Amino acid sequence: MADEGLRVLVCVKRVPDSSSQVVLTPDQQAVDGRMAGYTVSPHEECAIELAVRLADATGGVATALSLGPGESAEQLRNALAVGCTAAVHVVADAVAFGPADVAREIAAVVKAHGDEDRGYDLVLLGNDAADTGDFQVGIRLAYALGLPVVNGVSTLEVVDGMVSAHVDGPDGAETYSVPTPMVATILEGGVEPRYPSLKGRMAAKKVEIEERSPSADPVGSHRVQLTLPPPAPSSVEILGEGPSAAAAVVDLFERLGVR
Amino acid sequence: MILLWLECDAAGVTDISLETVAFARSLAAAGGGIAIRAALIGEVPEAARDQLAAHGVDEVHHVSGPSYDAYAGAAWASALQDIRARTGCVVVAAAGSPRGNEVLAHLAARLDVPMAANVLSFSGLSPFEVTRQVAGGAALEEMRLSQRPALFTVAGHAWVATPADTPTSPAWHEESPAVAEADLLARVSARGETKEEGPGALTTARVVVGAGRGAGGPGGFDHVIELAGLLDGALGVSRVVTSLGWRPHHEQVGQTGSRISPELYIPCGISGAIQHWAGCSSSKTILAINTDAEAPMVTKAHYAVVGDMHEVVPAVVEELKRRRG
Repeated sequence: MADEGLRVLVCVKRVPDSSSQVVLTPDQQAVDGRMAGYTVSPHEECAIELAVRLADATGGVATALSLGPGESAEQLRNALAVGCTAAVHVVADAVAFGPADVAREIAAVVKAHGDEDRGYDLVLLGNDAADTGDFQVGIRLAYALGLPVVNGVSTLEVVDGMVSAHVDGPDGAETYSVPTPMVATILEGGVEPRYPSLKGRMAAKKVEIEERSPSADPVGSHRVQLTLPPPAPSSVEILGEGPSAAAAVVDLFERLGVR
Repeated sequence: MILLWLECDAAGVTDISLETVAFARSLAAAGGGIAIRAALIGEVPEAARDQLAAHGVDEVHHVSGPSYDAYAGAAWASALQDIRARTGCVVVAAAGSPRGNEVLAHLAARLDVPMAANVLSFSGLSPFEVTRQVAGGAALEEMRLSQRPALFTVAGHAWVATPADTPTSPAWHEESPAVAEADLLARVSARGETKEEGPGALTTARVVVGAGRGAGGPGGFDHVIELAGLLDGALGVSRVVTSLGWRPHHEQVGQTGSRISPELYIPCGISGAIQHWAGCSSSKTILAINTDAEAPMVTKAHYAVVGDMHEVVPAVVEELKRRRG
């Protein structure tokens, strides 16, 4: 029964790929991804995977949401290609939106969909954005919605309206039992994100993305500017080449007192 | 006044929390001798008392009681909110640990003020400006915190946890602020085994031997594991290794894995993408083993051996064994 399936919203952010050199925009307000390309953070890839699994297992719906420029549709299509079946795009200049603004905009979508009788049992986000690293959007969202939130979740299950969220805590494994609706921020590592199939990619193209405008003007990020740490000149000392360097390596261990 | 939330483990106040105290002392001095209050929530080991005195904390609020028996981010923030309201602290800070960022984000949402995560330094008091790590440490952000209280977390390894020049005799307040039911909804309800292996061991190891794509496959880690064992160290791997399923995620070093700061880090067959560098750049000494002398990991290292890890590492293992007899 589709009525009884879980309705999961998963929030993703278009961010510059961090696998190569970081370059800043000329106004120093953002990391420039035009050379490196764009992606979503590994945390969010896992959040998408969890959302799709929960929706598939219960005959529910996994909806992807992103706040960002027009190009963010690419990240939403990627989420659709791996199993999300609906997508919402809040079209806005993400750089001008601080973490409190983003939380307010996600909350506005959740409330609007709730009013239309398509509210969410679970809202999943990444633990932190790969570019701005604010570590707070999911928590601010929970307060805006008046919902409980569990942070840094690896995996979760839902049984009879109770979520068991598993966290790798500072002293070991922890489980939170929280009633739906709730918010969870996801850390990479609990699930393996799937790759899109050709069929998935084709299906993703056909989904109509719901476009929305921001509900309010942004307060902003309180960012003055971004800078790059000064490049450290290479001072590497080559100990040797190949296996013949072994003696020099062990000499180094002895000098450092680690053997 | 500055209010710090400090985390404890079985041995006492955590290192990263003591680094936060060092940051706070510097901020307090810049402000003309502002008092530092520390909030500790839940169980506190005996050693913490001496540590707080040695590190120059002026007042301690120890929060405990049935509402604080199991961790709940909202309840922890509720206690801090209560202490802040009573003491009028204009700054609230915590360590840039997973919990520190979480609790301060809760407090920021409750007070509707900005929060700066992973701060490295401050550059002015009015306006209060901080510099923090973004993009996994690959870029820095200058951020203005003009609202009060100013909330931030201090990035790990940015400050050294040195004791204060003048120890204090902190006044100790036992407290149990009331917590609303709603703040206890998301609460740890069950705990597994205390971990011995895993991220804990990796983040505190004196020596970490790293392995990346150069390992070649799930069977390519025997020699690096043997080397780590001989050096009483831990194995750390790059993101490629965990996303290919060659090794478990808890061994990952990087922006989405563990941040390490060993005496010696030995990355083998790791090219040194920003994502990985974010997790290992605090290592005191780096010895890279890589076939590519131009790889970022090699040029950023202190020492390097140019060669195939599958040839170099076994030779190092043999040499170590030979010298030990």
